[in-house]
Amino acid sequence: MPRRTDIHKILLIGSGPIIIGQGCEFDYSGTQACKALRKDGYEVVLINSNPATIMTDPDMADRTYIEPLTAGIVHEIIRRERPDALLPTLGGQTALNLAMELEESGILRRYNVELIGASAVAIRLAEDRQLFKESMNGLGLDMPRSGSAHTLQEAEAVAGTIGSWPLIIRPGFTLGGTGGGIAQTPEEFADIVRRGLDASLNSEVLIEESLLGWKEFEMEVMTDSAGNSVIVCSIENLDPMGVHTGDSITIAPIQTLSDAEYQAMRDDSLRVLKTIGVQTGGANVQWAVHPETGRRIIIEMNPRVSRSSALASKATGFPIAKIAALLAVGYNLPELKNDITGHTPSCFEPALDYVVTKIPRFTFEKFPNADTTLGTQMKSVGEVMAIGRNLKQSMQKALRSLETGRFGFGADGRDAAFEQAEDLQLQAELARPNATRIFYIRAAFRRGWSVQRVQELTGIDVYFLRHLAELAAFEDEIAAADTVSGLEADFPLFLQAKEMGYSDRQLAYLLHCSESDVRTARERIGLQPGYAAVDTCAGEFEALTPYYYSSYNTRGEAPRVSDDKKSIMIIGGGPNRIGQGIEFDYCCCQAAAALRRSGYEVIMVNSNPETVSTDYDTSDKLYFEPLTLEDLLPIYKREHCCGAIVQFGGQTPLNLAQQLKAAGVNIIGTSPEHIALAEDRNFFRNLAKEIGIRQPENGIACTVDEALYEARRIGYPVLVRPSYVLGGRGMVIAYKESELRYFVEQATIVSEGSPILIDRFLENAVELDVDCVSDGEVTVIGGILEHVEPAGIHSGDSASVLPPVTISHEILDKVRTFAHDFAKALHICGLMNMQLAVKDGELYMIEVNPRASRTVPFVSKSIGKSLAGLAAMCMVGAKLRQLGFTEEVKPPYYAVKEAVFPFIKFPGADVTLSPEMKSTGEVMSIDRDWGLAYLKSQMAAGTELPDSGSVFMSVKDSDKELFVPLAATLQHYGFTIYATIGTSTMLYNAGIKTRAVYRISRGRPNVLDLIRDREINWIINTSESGTSPMLDETQMRSQAVAAGIPITTTASGAVAAISGLEEKMSFGRYEVYSIQEYHRHLIPTPNKKDSTTTSSTL
Amino acid sequence: MEYGWKAKRERRAFLALADGTVFRGYSVGAPLDTPGEVVFNTGMTGYQEITTDPSYAGQIVTLTSPEIGNYGCTEQDSESRSCFLSALVVHELNPPANFRSEEALGTYLQRHGIPAIAGVDTRALTLHLRTHGTQRAYLHVSNSPMDESTAIALAAVWEGLDGQDYASRVTTSNAYEINPQGKYRIVAYDFGIKYNILRSLQQQNMQVLVVPAHTTAAEVLRMRPDGVFLSNGPADPSALGYAQQAVRELLGRVPIMGICLGHQLLGLACGAKCHRLTFGHHGCNHPVLNVRTGNVDITSQNHNFALWDLPSCLELTHINLNDNSIEGIRHRSEPAFSVQFHPEAAPGPHDAGALFRDFKMLIENS
Repeated sequence: MPRRTDIHKILLIGSGPIIIGQGCEFDYSGTQACKALRKDGYEVVLINSNPATIMTDPDMADRTYIEPLTAGIVHEIIRRERPDALLPTLGGQTALNLAMELEESGILRRYNVELIGASAVAIRLAEDRQLFKESMNGLGLDMPRSGSAHTLQEAEAVAGTIGSWPLIIRPGFTLGGTGGGIAQTPEEFADIVRRGLDASLNSEVLIEESLLGWKEFEMEVMTDSAGNSVIVCSIENLDPMGVHTGDSITIAPIQTLSDAEYQAMRDDSLRVLKTIGVQTGGANVQWAVHPETGRRIIIEMNPRVSRSSALASKATGFPIAKIAALLAVGYNLPELKNDITGHTPSCFEPALDYVVTKIPRFTFEKFPNADTTLGTQMKSVGEVMAIGRNLKQSMQKALRSLETGRFGFGADGRDAAFEQAEDLQLQAELARPNATRIFYIRAAFRRGWSVQRVQELTGIDVYFLRHLAELAAFEDEIAAADTVSGLEADFPLFLQAKEMGYSDRQLAYLLHCSESDVRTARERIGLQPGYAAVDTCAGEFEALTPYYYSSYNTRGEAPRVSDDKKSIMIIGGGPNRIGQGIEFDYCCCQAAAALRRSGYEVIMVNSNPETVSTDYDTSDKLYFEPLTLEDLLPIYKREHCCGAIVQFGGQTPLNLAQQLKAAGVNIIGTSPEHIALAEDRNFFRNLAKEIGIRQPENGIACTVDEALYEARRIGYPVLVRPSYVLGGRGMVIAYKESELRYFVEQATIVSEGSPILIDRFLENAVELDVDCVSDGEVTVIGGILEHVEPAGIHSGDSASVLPPVTISHEILDKVRTFAHDFAKALHICGLMNMQLAVKDGELYMIEVNPRASRTVPFVSKSIGKSLAGLAAMCMVGAKLRQLGFTEEVKPPYYAVKEAVFPFIKFPGADVTLSPEMKSTGEVMSIDRDWGLAYLKSQMAAGTELPDSGSVFMSVKDSDKELFVPLAATLQHYGFTIYATIGTSTMLYNAGIKTRAVYRISRGRPNVLDLIRDREINWIINTSESGTSPMLDETQMRSQAVAAGIPITTTASGAVAAISGLEEKMSFGRYEVYSIQEYHRHLIPTPNKKDSTTTSSTL
Repeated sequence: MEYGWKAKRERRAFLALADGTVFRGYSVGAPLDTPGEVVFNTGMTGYQEITTDPSYAGQIVTLTSPEIGNYGCTEQDSESRSCFLSALVVHELNPPANFRSEEALGTYLQRHGIPAIAGVDTRALTLHLRTHGTQRAYLHVSNSPMDESTAIALAAVWEGLDGQDYASRVTTSNAYEINPQGKYRIVAYDFGIKYNILRSLQQQNMQVLVVPAHTTAAEVLRMRPDGVFLSNGPADPSALGYAQQAVRELLGRVPIMGICLGHQLLGLACGAKCHRLTFGHHGCNHPVLNVRTGNVDITSQNHNFALWDLPSCLELTHINLNDNSIEGIRHRSEPAFSVQFHPEAAPGPHDAGALFRDFKMLIENS
């Protein structure tokens, strides 16, 4: 069937903030869908609350709503936009759940909006465990013995029927397996079931027989309304059943199934899709296979594009999301061409002549008390993918792509902790799935343990273990060359080592020389990687799209000569992690787009399969490679690049800047020397003095004694951090010497020899973030953000608002002057970010970062200018005047950014915010009223503030006066107010009735009881800073997070929220406008009663 | 554990193409030198089915999938009584890791006397074949020393497969019967028939009499078949005048189904032309349009020749969407149809398996 002409306007739902289990893969899928549908003439209305996404760029959709993803808000948008259809299959579980809510509440029917891509019936069949099980039984497919339950009693009955331990508990309708787990005992069972029932949207858990240790497989299927179906990609998990697929190392294509087994799985996957009723689009089906009997069991199917679809797209070159979007509007697979070959149809199954490895990236270091054992609840925050001609190469490339300081499968000088493990510990770590198990496997093989023994402990298929064992053994073969000249003299051995994926760094370690010695030797004998195309067809047809990977096992394809264009290399951000995520991918993509528009050829290099930057049509040429010096240099040379950009990919490329430059790469934009200078404390101190801005007293230390001395000189509390980190890694506030000593001992590990920075911590200060762009002569402010949380909480974790709401005009003008001065002094060409603090009317400079910051996409979406695109143009010599960006945009509305945290995934971890960043993602909200914008931001972040019910209030003395009118307002709107004795007394004296409770440490009832009994819907708690977080508060916060009760921790937040509530109550509902309307100032003028604003420039 | 790294480094074995290109590697099969026609197969599974498919007789098959041998070999997966290809070319050969495996691929090949080379840059070889077409080649894997130039010369003087009757070499010497209690009596010409074709016919409640390639039409008709099946097979259909003659005589007297070589024979017997494709179709991912239904099946393919220029008595039923080549025909007036691809799969997807049911229906309606 050709494209449908009866629909014109399509509403696309994005997946919202980046959280564990739902990462930027859905930005990739949504972006592809937007592009494909608009190119085909459809009007696209997009809603997504995540400002860091490429899809929410104002020119991706016709109208873009950066609004909370709730049924109420989408209802408002539907009322306003009247779309013909809703496409919910490209925005992850969030979009699917939201679509079901809109369907079930009758909103879609009322506005005559058709659900396309997946029908409500099919979604229900796939998502409801019981219905799914029934349909699979109907097909005759084997299922684990199981049952579903809605209460603990029901659950225990199911457990009794199954009659064997361990048992797996999965909640229905959740993301990334939130709240699930494996129970070995009845006690564990009860705990996990309770948590699962809470996490499930329909209060349902599935309890099933354990398939621990079974082999796990996945098939990515595409289907069209005519019934044509293809398997785009097959995936095999290295980690057997028991570890969430998102946390497993996975390999594509399937390696250990014969054709008979593979085809039977394929047949059944297609039957599952037909039975569930997936009419069009992408879906995945997961299978478990018993390693000794071949008994095959269906695990689940997702009737939508998923995380593995993104992986499958990058692994095969087949653009699943794009094709899924086109199928949803009526096309059939045979009608769509394969972009890669240009003439063969999309209705085919990609053939791979390489091996793809995906490895998840974890950030357990951020959550010290969290359990690092991997299970059915996903815990990774990102992933890398690597392509190699063989498994060993692919695996080693993936391991060095992770940026965890490793350069392959061990043999890089970082193995001590694994090699020194006692036999018993080694055995335990092999049996326990964990993020570093792969290195314990190496240690076991180095110790002479057999493949058989490791197989029994890990459950990993011997196929994979044999490859790993061979790698471990081959280290001795390399070492036998004795020196790098020995290796240089033995070309076949050198080549063999590279074919097995050993990096120069590993060879250098094994041969006791430097990486550059190895590189020089390698280049001298002409040993260079070849580059092969990811062509979907194993070489059968010529690939038109230049999407490459490196390998030493193939001479590969000749470089493609590009017409006269100058080539610029953009180095991406690598795997997502806390502190470095999608924001940087946004910057890379914006830069690529801007440079391509002005006639440059863009060479993109990245290792993250979830991103838009690794989509083959984002750049002119795409190299899917680890981001290391060794991997980048030959690409730069091969493509005859005239420059490389390092300032958009976060810390990854920045850390390589000096080495790249030393190896002859022309780093464009701010020079690596100036980037380094900004980290040079002495230089910076003098510069600040010269410019005339105060800095918090600060010092620098390389030893524990130096640190203690400096802190005494500066005065406690102090802020301590290692240099050259992102996301506040290892950053803490020390209130006393004992704390400092402990932290410094830790920090030396974090930054490996780099000095430790010590600053006076400014208590109760307001922080500002400034993003600006400079062409080397002119600097223009992109935006000034005021943090809602007080200083001491990492800027990535703090809510912030643009424009600032409590900062005087005078101070803001000073900020602007300083920005110009710093940009000039640091010879900034491109982006610069400043962090400042305001305390008692005085400005302090915290830091200056000569690179893209995490807030660049937020600022860009707020003001309607692409800062990263402008910066990229400056870096190739354009002037801001030519680019038409000469003046700061001061919007007549408020944009609020709020962080989103993964605490629910890490039971037991400390939920208190600190200078160490812990959020995985962010949301943005925008409104002409600051209070409403703030309220929406809370809603978007998943902690919607209630407009009725009970509030618990406990505020510090200095805030008490401020809270009297706020409490009065809440009382006026019918809230019941609970308060601690002090706050209660104060409010009583002001004539406001409250219910008093004890402080936690003083007695009961206290707030913990209120949380447990679900008596309260909102907690407002401001506390005295200047001491370590009180035990009381820590307890309260972790309980509140677990119970899903919103907490407001600052007076400014409370003021904003309550004024927003008033606005909302008076208007009755939220107003929504697209950002295109905001940017063109097509919204009604701001409310006059907006008294909190002091920024008179508005 | 012995990994043989040294032998792998030395890359003593090599594959010399007639055009002078040489690809080096190391021997992993029987140590026997052999000429052959080099083709590449892009399937990601099914190496054992490929090595036992008689259609590959005379060919040196390059597998583009880089890790081979992973699931070992089992008699259950054999597609014929032996291995028929001339040699196998792979990138990496692994020991088996699958509960079904009875034997490693390396020893399996050795046992069947099939030479094989590993460590080859199979992608470069594939791109070379894609650009320059299928090549005559000479594989050197034996221990006796040989110059590359000698091997290139041997490749160039080898007769090749054009005009060669390889079906006679692989066909069964004696007729045999499968599923004697089957309802429909089918005579199946064995030009290199695959076991899964026999299983597929059996599943349609057919009793199958497998006969040698040279069986005449008269002999077949004496067996009073309800239908005649023309099997797949190696090399060049134009060299099989005797088979074309038999098909001409059978057409109209008994329902006919053909696969691959059998399809080409039906076409040639009806007056179609047949030509050599540049590098053939060998793989499991070819989209084939069913002209009548408009649906697309993902098919298993293995052929170097293809029909073109159909006479008016033949209707085009299937088209390969990659290159628009003819994939299926049906006689407009007589009960006969054939497909170029392999509905029996093994290896490959089962999408088109219903064609065997179509054959049954053709028999029932005749």
